[in-house]
Amino acid sequence: MSRIQTKFEQLKVEGKAALVPYVTAGDSHPGLTVPLMHAMVKAGADAIELGVPFSDPMADGPTIQLACERALEHNVSLDDVFGMVKEFRQTDDDTPVILMGYLNPLEAMGYDKFAEEAKASGVDGMLTVDLPPEEAEDLLTPLNNQGIDAIFLLSPTTRQHRIERIVAAGSGYLYYVSLKGVTGSNALDVDDVQKHVSNIKQYTDIPVGVGFGIKDAVTAAAVSKVSDAVVVGSVLVKMIEDNAGDDTTIINNISGLLGDMRQAMDNTL
Amino acid sequence: MLNPELDLNTVDWNAMPNEAGHFGIYGGRFAAETLMEAIEELGDAYAKLKDDPVLLATIDRDLAFYVGRPSPLYHAERWSRELGGAQIYLKREDLNHTGAHKINNTIGQVLLAKHMGKTRIIAETGAGQHGVATATICARLGLECIVYMGAVDIIRQAPNVFRMKLLGAEVRPVESGSKTLKDALNEAMRDWVTNVDNTFYCIGTVAGPDPYPKMVRDFQAVIGREAKQQCIDQTGRLPDAVMACVGGGSNAIGLFHEFLGDTSVEIYGVEAAGRGLNTLEHAAPLCQGKPGVLHGNRMYLMADANGQITETHSISAGLDYPGVGPEHCWLKDIGRANYVGVTDDEAMAGFHALTRIEGIIPALESSHALAYAMKKAPEMSTDKTIIVCLSGRGDKDLNTVADLEGITL
Repeated sequence: MSRIQTKFEQLKVEGKAALVPYVTAGDSHPGLTVPLMHAMVKAGADAIELGVPFSDPMADGPTIQLACERALEHNVSLDDVFGMVKEFRQTDDDTPVILMGYLNPLEAMGYDKFAEEAKASGVDGMLTVDLPPEEAEDLLTPLNNQGIDAIFLLSPTTRQHRIERIVAAGSGYLYYVSLKGVTGSNALDVDDVQKHVSNIKQYTDIPVGVGFGIKDAVTAAAVSKVSDAVVVGSVLVKMIEDNAGDDTTIINNISGLLGDMRQAMDNTL
Repeated sequence: MLNPELDLNTVDWNAMPNEAGHFGIYGGRFAAETLMEAIEELGDAYAKLKDDPVLLATIDRDLAFYVGRPSPLYHAERWSRELGGAQIYLKREDLNHTGAHKINNTIGQVLLAKHMGKTRIIAETGAGQHGVATATICARLGLECIVYMGAVDIIRQAPNVFRMKLLGAEVRPVESGSKTLKDALNEAMRDWVTNVDNTFYCIGTVAGPDPYPKMVRDFQAVIGREAKQQCIDQTGRLPDAVMACVGGGSNAIGLFHEFLGDTSVEIYGVEAAGRGLNTLEHAAPLCQGKPGVLHGNRMYLMADANGQITETHSISAGLDYPGVGPEHCWLKDIGRANYVGVTDDEAMAGFHALTRIEGIIPALESSHALAYAMKKAPEMSTDKTIIVCLSGRGDKDLNTVADLEGITL
């Protein structure tokens, strides 16, 4: 059983939703990423989405664009990201790590090599933002061969025929984008999220996570009631931006917010 | 990647792209799920309306009475004589309303947007020609228009920025990345994701997720249809070669498409070689790049070994783009079209030659195609014919040219 599946089954038994923070690998400098990953797990994260920096992050708002730019100033490559995951795995063999990024760095490496190296370094899933299922076959084969889950997005505008196609291609979990817009956008409507998530669940048993627009413990708790995972990204990345150069403050602030979210989510049980 | 099995005489050129929007391995729909519904909606609407007689008649009427089509095919006799080789004919897209070929496409797309009930039009622009052409149609149809433009391009194309504002468009400067055309495209896509319900994204070139490459090609193909008939009328036969500059590649595909089946006609796409193809400062993905994925489609791209998109350089903002339309990529691989590079300096020589010898001031983009004609014509005999797409006029570039030559206006 994959790490992702194991984690979700365990949480299901406990009746909890997963807390999944996102940070961009190598932001604000490569040395911060692995200690930050460990700190996030300690603060209550169940899995980690690790962004692969890309020069042209078309689906991201200004916060994650800047994170990519900061990481790329250090020339953080896919190989470097694998190295970080490998280092993280030296002392954490349980927490799922999902890479999130855009297709072109994978194209440049080659899909087969990507899947092999991802597996070897301890990566559990790949969310390729600009790869919808209709174009995904060439990547899905090597990912499936290596036992790496392909995570796909669903959005408020996704209609039935696409939901069916996406749940057939995806594994691990599905990522429901809670609003129309880029990452870091504002305000999420919990009732609307609930409606969409329960609709998606008619088509699949794969866990459904929700992301975009979750910035505080109250929202995280509300979303955790209607989904299997709460994904938090831009608000954490902003903490890196605001404190770049001060790793201790970054780790403390991010741990603090994740701890609050964890507590609020668990109190709703 | 040339396919020796493929007989170019038997290809059904109008059957491309396939249903999935692929030209060979290129094209497709590589977009975030948040956009896929809008892309499908557009694809369905275009499939339904592209042969609609009422819409086509409206477009034709606008092209005739608003744009001024057909644009002339002009025999540059004096220039041809000086070069001493093939006869050069210029397809005068520079004489269109708004001064470039871009309006052929914006009329089609914005009318389609209106049919789809969209009230807000967004566009990206590099040189500003597509932005002006979009703002123009939006002014005429009373639609809200927002144009994304790289901060660097805003400086080098100031006259076009002012034109867009006069036309009622809002020009939003893009400060991210290299602050040029590719970043304007990123920002327009972000806007589209956010305002997907009421917004139509009017892309200016033959790239982006399917259906854009075929839709923009279809709207631009009027260039080649007219040119072919005009050439036959004036010379009694087909041209021996056709040439156009290639950034994203819309004027080029517009000219080339009609000639693809005429395999006696040689096709040359001219990329911006900037400071030289052997430097890193150019914008020539077909000459020097490799296949990758950006902006919704697979195409030849300028990227580093890690797949990060690299910054490009060209003297002309309209060619300063790291990718190129998927149909061009496919035409290169199957060997139907040749893609070559022309440097900044060579383009400037083409610019001055046409201005001084024929009294026509060309856009710096088009000057790349002219410069290649200057190289190629002398190698051909005087009874041969070349058609060059003069895709735009040079008024917008006067500040750039003056700066380069140390002149203060």
